[in-house]
Amino acid sequence: MRRARRPTLAAREARLAFWMLAPTLLIVFAIVLFPVAANVWISVKPVKLADLRAPRPLLRVRVLQPATAAGDTLVLRYQMRNSSQATRIQDVALFDVLPAGLEPLDLDPRCAFQAPRLACAFGDWQGGHRLNLDLRFRATAAYIAAGAPQPTDAGASMRARAPNVLTNLRFTLANFRKVLAGTEFLPALWVTLAYTVFGTIGSILLGLFAAQLLNADFAGKGLLRGLFLFPYVAPVIAVTFTWAFLLDPLSGAANALGQRFGILGHAVAFLSQRSFELQAFGLHVALPLALSTVIAFEAWRYFPFAFLFILARFQAIPRDMYEAAQVDGASPLQQFWFITLPQLVGILSTLFLLRFIWTFNKFDDIFLLTGGAAGTKTLTVQVYDQAFALADLGAGAAVAVTLFVILAAFMVLYFRYAPGGEA
Amino acid sequence: MRPATHGPSSGRRAASRPGLLGTLLATAVGALACALSVGGWSLTATVVGGLDTTTHLGTALALGAVMGVVLAHWRGERDTRAVAALAAGAGSAALWLAASRGLPLGGTRIEPVWGVAAAVVAMLFAAHLTRYGLRGIALKRPTRNELEALLLRIVRAVGFTFFGVVVAFPFYFMVVSSLKSRAEMLQRPTFLGINLHQSLGKLFVGYREVLTTFHFGRFIFNSTVVAVVTVAVTLVLSILGAYAVTRLRFRGRELLSRSILLIYMFPAIVLVIPLYSVFTQLGLRDTLPGLLIVYPATTLPVALYMLRSYFQTLPSDLEEAGLIDGCSRLGVIARITLPLSLPALASVGLYVFMIAWNEFLFAFMFLDSPAIFTLSRGMVSLNSQEVPRQFLMAGAVIVTVPIMVLFFWFERYLIAGLTAGGVKG
Repeated sequence: MRRARRPTLAAREARLAFWMLAPTLLIVFAIVLFPVAANVWISVKPVKLADLRAPRPLLRVRVLQPATAAGDTLVLRYQMRNSSQATRIQDVALFDVLPAGLEPLDLDPRCAFQAPRLACAFGDWQGGHRLNLDLRFRATAAYIAAGAPQPTDAGASMRARAPNVLTNLRFTLANFRKVLAGTEFLPALWVTLAYTVFGTIGSILLGLFAAQLLNADFAGKGLLRGLFLFPYVAPVIAVTFTWAFLLDPLSGAANALGQRFGILGHAVAFLSQRSFELQAFGLHVALPLALSTVIAFEAWRYFPFAFLFILARFQAIPRDMYEAAQVDGASPLQQFWFITLPQLVGILSTLFLLRFIWTFNKFDDIFLLTGGAAGTKTLTVQVYDQAFALADLGAGAAVAVTLFVILAAFMVLYFRYAPGGEA
Repeated sequence: MRPATHGPSSGRRAASRPGLLGTLLATAVGALACALSVGGWSLTATVVGGLDTTTHLGTALALGAVMGVVLAHWRGERDTRAVAALAAGAGSAALWLAASRGLPLGGTRIEPVWGVAAAVVAMLFAAHLTRYGLRGIALKRPTRNELEALLLRIVRAVGFTFFGVVVAFPFYFMVVSSLKSRAEMLQRPTFLGINLHQSLGKLFVGYREVLTTFHFGRFIFNSTVVAVVTVAVTLVLSILGAYAVTRLRFRGRELLSRSILLIYMFPAIVLVIPLYSVFTQLGLRDTLPGLLIVYPATTLPVALYMLRSYFQTLPSDLEEAGLIDGCSRLGVIARITLPLSLPALASVGLYVFMIAWNEFLFAFMFLDSPAIFTLSRGMVSLNSQEVPRQFLMAGAVIVTVPIMVLFFWFERYLIAGLTAGGVKG
């Protein structure tokens, strides 16, 4: 008896667990894992944005000749066309419900009338096909008595079968050829890497500095900690628009203040100027201005993330380590270098991995700040550009797949070679 | 904190005359403090007060250097506060003299009284900074520890200034520019104070227009609904899931709980194209239910992860007692587990609310009809040449304020949420 019950209990527990987890797994599968696979599928298919709206027959009904008395002839014109210029639709059919009291006169052979329903079948239509169908009806006294109602579009409908561009079996490698061989890919890759590496390092360094500042007890510390989290908590849409306005070359306050206090010689378009000539010690250096601004934004917006984690780590370092070091005569910088930093290696390494991945995947910030102009087009922005601005879904998906492969390669390398990986 | 000192004379060193290195240090610290203080004052007066001040940085540095030397030499012999006041008085007199003689130092459009008052405050603050910087440092022969401590103090002062300005200024600018017309902005671009010489209706015209003409009232409602529903769905599903992962035994449990966070490595932009395609064909694009399917998927993994970490800290004895007393599993969750995990639920809920409220990409890609715009999507439609920037900034304030109010109200929970899950793109 007992022996039989035990597995049953375990099985019941497993079944319960399954039902409790099922909704989560279902949603995550449908919205995350399935799309990732679907992306690969779309990337090898010739799909344009317009193809998503499946081709269908379009219809307008016009009364060419109304009937005002019994015995008059009513002429209706059905104007029909294939909505797609290129794609063939099959088994096109027309349905209409006509007012009572109309009798067809020499009905078109493609149509059948069974009062009050009209049904027509047209077979297959090539892309761009148009058809005007004129039907004549004799009005009876009942029709006139009902107030001679005019047939309209409302009762009429059309039906056809169209191939689904997403599920058919036409494949192509043209998307990858177009994207990888295009002149935009390599620059976008370099921009992405620069943005990711410098944005990540910048945000971690700022976070480390901020955490070091707040790693002491003083009045107002809680308030400052809250303030430091502002850039991270505020909606991206609000802070990007604010930065864009602030840095505007014409009416922005940053330029006005910079010129007023003699920091800037002339107005600088921080977000729309590709490069900026720096002169130092007789050397001319071209600074990628818009990219640098976007990187600065990235560091500004995400330093609180690093800050929070590093501050939490600081507070976990035992005090007596510092006390012992002081007794041994270690200077403040030596304490930082030989005690604090080694304690931070784990968290810094984790932070680097997380921020690297997220910055690499980042789309909103650059899209909202520059739209990818002036040398800031990262791969993520290129995905959007290809798929939606240029309306080539297949090419966009090809960039997305490439992006994903590069990211996966980085993660494999990271987990193989990174120091002190705690992640 | 004063670092450990060495040598027999340490007790009296503060009273002794500074050496050459000490004098140089005091000069540098004084000059830097004065530059920070006067520069800060001048910037504030220009930006917030709208006063047309010019600051001669060289003069400020020189004044500060003199002050540093004075403070260093008199330190410890008399009450340093008196000395500081003296230095400040001297400095401000110099400032005022320079201003009245037309030297490019004081304000040109300021009443002399206010100029002097501001200068006194600036110099007092500089003196205070200098005294703080030199505190506990033997100027006769500073040790390495003391030099480093001084360096770190300078770095801290610069750091606080830097972070304070860099973090707060964009938000300050956002609020102020939502209260300024384009004409005002162009006329005095460096003045970022609030012009109170106008009716309240005119001052807040941006908010009125955005809320009425641009239907932001509607968008606030939509955003709230979307965020609240996302929080509710996420909480219910993640409570069930997290409970299953922590308390129930089944095959694949370890794998599942370890891999759930990997979801966060997938770029949102990679998900957009397939979801856009499929949702278009299913007629789910441009609907709020469509958005409400996507949002929980982006928040569920981290919510589950956070709750799992919390459930693991709860003792399972109580639940077992509940089970023995005849409660069902769901009854145990509702009556025992949940009441114990209210703080964690608050953290997760707030965190999810923040993500849903701030989300931009999917709202931007999915929503076309203004009737169902969320605030993020509505902001994009404000960003055009025809709409004044004032309105755009008013919109930005409207999007930001609710999340900031929530943040400050529940800061403790939100920080717990941010660090426990620590996951957001």
